[in-house]
This record gives sequence, C-alpha cells and structure tokens, in this order.
Amino acid sequence: MPVTKEVKVVIVVPAFNESSVIYNVLKSIPKKIKGTSLVDVVVVNDGSSDNTQSEVRRAGIPVINHVINRGLGAAIRTGIEYARKKKAAIMVTFDGDGQHDPSDIEKIIRPVFQKKADLVIGSRFKKSKNVPLDRFFLNWFANVVTFLFYGVVTTDSQSGLRAFSKKALNLIDFKGERMDFSSEILLEAKKNKLKIAEVPIRAIYTEYSRKKGQKNLNAIPTFSRFLVRLLR
Amino acid sequence: MFTAIQIFLLAVVIFAISRVYLRLKEGVITSRMAFFWFLIWIAALVGVTLPATTTRIAEFFGVGRGVDIIVYISLALLFYLVFRIYVMIEDLRHQITYLIREIGLSGSSKIRKNRKRSKK
Repeated sequence: MPVTKEVKVVIVVPAFNESSVIYNVLKSIPKKIKGTSLVDVVVVNDGSSDNTQSEVRRAGIPVINHVINRGLGAAIRTGIEYARKKKAAIMVTFDGDGQHDPSDIEKIIRPVFQKKADLVIGSRFKKSKNVPLDRFFLNWFANVVTFLFYGVVTTDSQSGLRAFSKKALNLIDFKGERMDFSSEILLEAKKNKLKIAEVPIRAIYTEYSRKKGQKNLNAIPTFSRFLVRLLR
Repeated sequence: MFTAIQIFLLAVVIFAISRVYLRLKEGVITSRMAFFWFLIWIAALVGVTLPATTTRIAEFFGVGRGVDIIVYISLALLFYLVFRIYVMIEDLRHQITYLIREIGLSGSSKIRKNRKRSKK
C-alpha cells in the first residue's frame, strides 16, 4: 500500500469503567499503520466513575469526556463527530475492554484503502471457533432481527471493531445511544448505498471482557427500544 | 340528585379542568394541548353528570354497559399517552446526549489548544 500524505486514521476507543485494562489496550494499539500517514487514537470516556480518565492520560492518549454515561452508541457517535472534525480519511472503532486483537486493525481498514468498502465490520463469527454458546445465540438473534427489519445480511451485527470510510463518516447518521446503534449503522449504510464488507477477526474472550460486554438480558430492552424507534 | 361517586368524580374533573386552565395561563402547555385536555375532561364531565349518554354510546358501539365503553376508551387513550411519553423521553435523552457530546468535544479541543500554548 503506498503511503499518501492525506491518509489519516482516527481510532476511537469507547470506554466505560475500564480502568483495569484500558492502559494496556491503548499501549497495544499500533502507532503506525502501513499505508497511513497519521494514526490518531482518541478515547471517549463515557462517564466512567473509576480511574479510566487518569489511566488514559497515563497512556498519553487524548480523551473526550462524557460527563455522564450516555451509552456505547452515543460514545461512538461522539467519536464520529471527532473524526469528522479532524478530517479523518478512515475511522476505526476499537473496544476498550481488550476484546480485540490490535493486529486486526490493519486487516479491517484494508478494504477501505482498496476502495472495496465504505463500512467494514470485523466479524468474530466468520472463522472463530471459541465463541461462547450464549454469545453465539444472542448474536444470531441480533443478526436475524437486523435482516428482518433492515434487510442487511451480516454475521456479526454487534461487532465493536469497525472501519468507516470518509464517505461513510459523512453519511451515516444514527440515533441509537446504546447497543441498538450497531444494527442502525448497517441500515444507514444500506440507505446511503454504501459498500459493506466483513472481515474475519479474532475475538479475545476473557472473563473480564465477557463481564464488560453486552449482557445477555440487555437484549430485551435493546430490542424494545429498537421497536419503539421503528414505530414512532 | 347526584350519587356520592358522581359528586366525588365531579370534584376530580373540575379540579383537573382548573389545572389545565392554570397551566395554559402560565404558558406551560400550548393552546393545542389545552384544547385536547379540555376535550377529555369535558367528555368526562358529561359522562359523570349524564351517565345515560355513555350507555347510548355503548349501545352504538355494541358494548353492553356505559362503564365498559369508558374503560375501553380510557385504556386505549392511556396506552397511546404512555407511548407518546416514551417517545418524548427518548427525544429528551437525545437532547441530553447532544449537550454532553458538545461539552466533551469542546473540552477536548480546549485541552489541545492549552497543550499547544504551553509547548510554545
């Protein structure tokens, strides 16, 4: 991949009470990515009540603070606004709980570089074998709902590792503030005729990331909120 | 003559109408909203003072008793109002998030400017 001066990548790490892992997660993110001129990592601290903010500062990473917790979707949206302001060519979302492998970042931005996709979803289910059964079924349900209501076929609608092209950053406009935003992003991409691609990624399921990730019971309020938005 | 329950309900309805009038005067609710609530409470007033009207409406709709039609209409109205309130809360939530985002983003740019200044 040729290095062009303008290719700026913004990596958005949403974090809510991740003080025990965020430092290591941030340190593991590559400072240089092949084919890019600048990698700008930013943490959206979503109203954490622990030491997340000071841990982020210790890692030397800029932080955008939500003074109160607004949910993952709201944090990602703030990241999008930041990336737009910074005139990023690509934006990547990367979970702050250590669930993602930093080496996958390069993999998911590749289709954007090659102009093969505007939105790339890092799919944990395309290849992975070590997916816990409850996560598999929950995700399967979310994928079915995404297909039935939005007509988008995906193997991992809830993935936290995504890449957006500049075009996608400017066109995607979602309202979901919690987990429901994930499916909405796909709908927005479809509505705006953006090219969607899926890339297999490795999910690191630790006891911590499982505890911090989407709770199984959250599926009910997430689904009801999704329905209300659809019917309003 | 009114029965005890009619007197009690009349007092409640008159109190509710007075509240709608006061909130309209204070400008808390719009005239459209006041009109809607006046309509609801005046219908209740008619139902309480002239119970036979509800029986006639019930017969028209094919429902047995006047009280039943009131319960059905009230339930439908309540469900609708709960839905409206849910939507309103969602809108408020979005507005709060917008504010939080703007505060967060302006805070981050201020920090960057200060860092640049201190480097100079």
